[in-house]
Amino acid sequence: MARIFAYIVHKSGVADDTAVELPVAARKIYPEQPCTAIVTGWGADLDQVCESLRGTYREVWKIAKEPLAYPNAELIRKALQSVVPAGSILLVPHAHFGVDLSPGLSIRMNAAYVPDVLDIEGVEGEWLKAVRQEFGGQVSTHIRCNLSTGAVLNIRPGAFRPSEAAPATGQVVDKSAEVGALTSRRRYLETIAAETGDVDITRQTVLVSIGRGIGEQENVAIAEDLAEAMGAAVSCSRPVVDAKWMDRSRQVGSSGQTVRPKVYLACGISGSFQHLAGIKGSPFIVAINKNPKAPIFRVADVGVVDDILEFLPALASKVREESCVPGKRGGGHD
Amino acid sequence: MEILVCAKRVPDTSENEIQLNGAGTDIERDDMVYSVNEPDNYAVEEALQIVARTGGNVTVVTVGGEDDEEILRREMAMGATRGVLISDDTFNGSDGRGIAAVLKAFVQTEHYDLILTGVQAEDGCAQVGGMLAAMLDYPFASLVTSIEVLEGRKLKIGREIEGGSKEINAIDLPCVLSIQTGINEPRYVGMRGIRQVASVPIPTLGASDLGVEPDAVGEVAAKARRVDYFVPPAGKGADMLAGSREEVIDKMMELLKAKGGLN
Repeated sequence: MARIFAYIVHKSGVADDTAVELPVAARKIYPEQPCTAIVTGWGADLDQVCESLRGTYREVWKIAKEPLAYPNAELIRKALQSVVPAGSILLVPHAHFGVDLSPGLSIRMNAAYVPDVLDIEGVEGEWLKAVRQEFGGQVSTHIRCNLSTGAVLNIRPGAFRPSEAAPATGQVVDKSAEVGALTSRRRYLETIAAETGDVDITRQTVLVSIGRGIGEQENVAIAEDLAEAMGAAVSCSRPVVDAKWMDRSRQVGSSGQTVRPKVYLACGISGSFQHLAGIKGSPFIVAINKNPKAPIFRVADVGVVDDILEFLPALASKVREESCVPGKRGGGHD
Repeated sequence: MEILVCAKRVPDTSENEIQLNGAGTDIERDDMVYSVNEPDNYAVEEALQIVARTGGNVTVVTVGGEDDEEILRREMAMGATRGVLISDDTFNGSDGRGIAAVLKAFVQTEHYDLILTGVQAEDGCAQVGGMLAAMLDYPFASLVTSIEVLEGRKLKIGREIEGGSKEINAIDLPCVLSIQTGINEPRYVGMRGIRQVASVPIPTLGASDLGVEPDAVGEVAAKARRVDYFVPPAGKGADMLAGSREEVIDKMMELLKAKGGLN
């Protein structure tokens, strides 16, 4: 039986949430087999992460190298090739780092690769059966993956809920000496922080969020009008930013802002997992979409199948009508 | 600079509702509207902008069948120098690794300084670019949102990371980059542009032209195989508000008031 490893993404000395999710995926592959964490980095931050994982993993492999102080996938790929035994199964979170690392690593390891795994339905012989999605989550697929030469499985963050596993008292094993000199033809220079816009959507309690369904730039005003009536702010999904209809600071999602509103109106948003990853704190989600099969309806609390270009103005006038108390212009108790 | 862009023709999800066929073996592809994979279009635009500054040529390649010629013509109408179709029955059933092996064989018959792909296609795999780079032993970067050409066969690139932040790297040529949407504004292609390239011959290359090894491609070589399609279980799902628009709005007003949605 192949060994299973979990690659731990971390930042500023803190392990990513996926560090407790990957062992859940591992148990769905081989229930009895312990999963070994691999952590790369440098200095006190790395030691702190390794220490924090001892309650989750029985064994934590540490690779401490100065060039790994910043997680450059080109260097980490080389480091992993040095320590991971041939034929192993390696689990990696499917986010910007995993997308950078894993396809090439699977080639270097001569291993199978399955990206963005949502579920694992077990192993039969040398074939693992996994669940993925295509078309932005509109359809799911079963994938059979051959484990005979090992596998790299990129696991969707949040797809495997951490369980009440028996606490481990793991040991940290320093594997740094097995990794040789690390150089790369891609060199990290700096990180440029996200721009902050005129409205901080991360601090709003109510968001009117628009997606591709808004159709064109002029229609953004429809959402702005509803937001004004509701005392909310307008946010958006990626296609709206790509089309330059709204500023990047308004984008909700894994490549944008993480928001924690009380109420989230998803208007013309299909509901890709990258977008949903930016909505935290379990808000009340209302989805309005022309397509009754839009994936957003699977996660929303309330859904309406309608054209947002007609529905939103109608909702805005109703909000204004109801909040119009005699002697008081507009509504709003704030 | 000689730039290769790897493109794919995919069902256009803004034009189609994706449904399963009766047997669950595939999506329903009859009457489907296809177009070029959206991120690939950004990759072609980026390539065109780079050669406009540095000189050189843009080649667009796709692995598929004769129907896929239409996207090559579309990208040529945008300004790509030439299109190449790679097609062979032995490629059927290839996984990402198989497609990367085909592209590797093609790259090795030519000379490119820079290879671009779109960040991902309709299957959301985001894999061929990284695999191709590893097979060619070129450096790779994914989710690229800016490219600046530096002296000494280097690029300065921006990558999208979490929270809207951008990671800046220097990368040596030749390299492979996967291009994220939003990096530029792809130019409009009119019917006139399409007509102008309608009769330009598009070379078609097969496995033997490229020296692709038969055991590296096709279903036999695939370490990952799609078994079926299915509709994901509904889960809890949204409580769908039905009725006339006025009734729906009345119900929603009650809910918004109760949940603190009206400030």
